[in-house]
Amino acid sequence: MRRHGLDAKILAGGQSLVPLLNLRLTKPKILVDLNGVSGLDHIRETSAGLRIGAMTRQSGVERSAIVREKCPVLAEAIRHIGHLAIRHRGTIGGSLVHADPAAELPAVALALDAKFEVLGDGMARAVCADEFFIDYLTTSLRPDEILGEIIFPVLQPSSGYAVEEVARRHGDFAVAGVVAVVDLDGEGKIIGPRVALFGVAPTAVRARAVEQAMIGQQPGNELIRDAAALLRDMLDPPGDIRASSAYRKRAAAVLTVRALTKAVQLCHTRRLS
Amino acid sequence: MTTHCAIEMTVNDKRYTGLVEPRLSLADFLRDHLGLTGTHVGCEQGICGSCTILLNGETVRSCLLFAVQAHGATIVTIEGLAAKAKSGDRLHPIQQGFLETVGFQCGFCTPGFLMTTYEFLQENPSPSEEEIRERLTGNLCRCTGYQNIVAAVQWAAERLRAR
Ligand SMILES: Cc1cc2nc3c(=O)[nH]c(=O)nc-3n(C[C@H](O)[C@H](O)[C@H](O)COP(=O)(O)OP(=O)(O)OC[C@H]3O[C@@H](n4cnc5c(N)ncnc54)[C@H](O)[C@@H]3O)c2cc1C
Ligand code: FES
Ligand code: FES
Repeated sequence: MRRHGLDAKILAGGQSLVPLLNLRLTKPKILVDLNGVSGLDHIRETSAGLRIGAMTRQSGVERSAIVREKCPVLAEAIRHIGHLAIRHRGTIGGSLVHADPAAELPAVALALDAKFEVLGDGMARAVCADEFFIDYLTTSLRPDEILGEIIFPVLQPSSGYAVEEVARRHGDFAVAGVVAVVDLDGEGKIIGPRVALFGVAPTAVRARAVEQAMIGQQPGNELIRDAAALLRDMLDPPGDIRASSAYRKRAAAVLTVRALTKAVQLCHTRRLS
Repeated sequence: MTTHCAIEMTVNDKRYTGLVEPRLSLADFLRDHLGLTGTHVGCEQGICGSCTILLNGETVRSCLLFAVQAHGATIVTIEGLAAKAKSGDRLHPIQQGFLETVGFQCGFCTPGFLMTTYEFLQENPSPSEEEIRERLTGNLCRCTGYQNIVAAVQWAAERLRAR
């Protein structure tokens, strides 16, 4: 990558890059295929969280017993990505580096404060999720760097979570969507709420105002509705052929209510079992 | 200046070798070099699913892979499906199902549907209608309206369970 600079592109699962090549929308001179590189395809549990190699296939993560147990929201989000044949090739790293604003995984990484292990020129650096995603299809990776590993924090066994989205059909990119994670303390009050939206801004966004409004509160329909209503002042989504800006804004609020309600319910069931 | 790469792979239980440009898609290799034209190419963007094949046992879009990436791989295309039928049967139960229920009209999408269904029924031998519809969203058909395709999958699932 260092030798060829901007003439070269990394090829991972090819599920975003190859359509662009086939449409001649991008014309790199060189493709560097990471599929032949070892050491980038693994899922390991460590004290820092689940370390997932960038080249791990989405379908492999979705089916991994350890992911389903320790970070089930990640497996849940992947179910919404395209179709199984896409997920068999598409990689975790590819989706995060491609950074499509409507993609599920950047929102999961942002919601959970995942860490990105970036490799370049014999050196590794760690980047937090909120510093990784910069703009539409743009990350803070430099041209001579690759993403090596992502570290997803482990969820508490009692945590509730949900991924809600609107898409034209199952498997299509979302028009708008949300990832929510909550936990309840001994008195049933909300702790550690995490809400991230996708499809409503140039990058996935964390809804910190919504989170703030819920911390330490007793969960209920009214609380959730009022918290989600705060999105109205926070979002200015783009409008396009699939949905207007106003529709996306409204969908984001409705989906947030749905996701938080579901997450709290799941919390109750998981605490009982 | 384009260099060529020597590749070899097993397709439908037969070993093939080829000398290809790195840019050649796997779908084009199967069709143009090996003459296996049952794999159809509709969109070349991963959307329509008509180019779906099994690569090392998993469904993939052959339009989004390069032939060189399949070096050393084991591939099954639609031409190899009948060989997976019970001995004596000319067609695989999934193929027979599409015939019985008229699950196709022009047939362009059919190879992709059959390969997707093959993987699906191995994973889930008794799917509900909803599960069938959900899995088949990755394949587009412009003719049938899907109803008869769902019926074909149900027909095949029943036959395969009885086997
Ligand atoms: C029909 C269809 C439907 C889809 N639906 C969805 C959906 O609903 N939601 C969704 O999120 N995605 C969807 N996708 C996209 C899919 O998730 C892709 O797999 C993903 O966006 C890219 O991952 P990849 O491994 O295929 O990467 P590639 O396409 O190979 O690469 C994508 C980009 O990332 C760069 N890159 C990849 N890996 C690295 C790395 N380790 N280091 C540095 N750079 C890297 C590449 O250079 C390229 O620019 C869909 C794709 C298709 C074809
Ligand atoms: S041709 Fe490959 S998905 Fe359409
Ligand atoms: S039968 Fe014509 S596209 Fe499906």
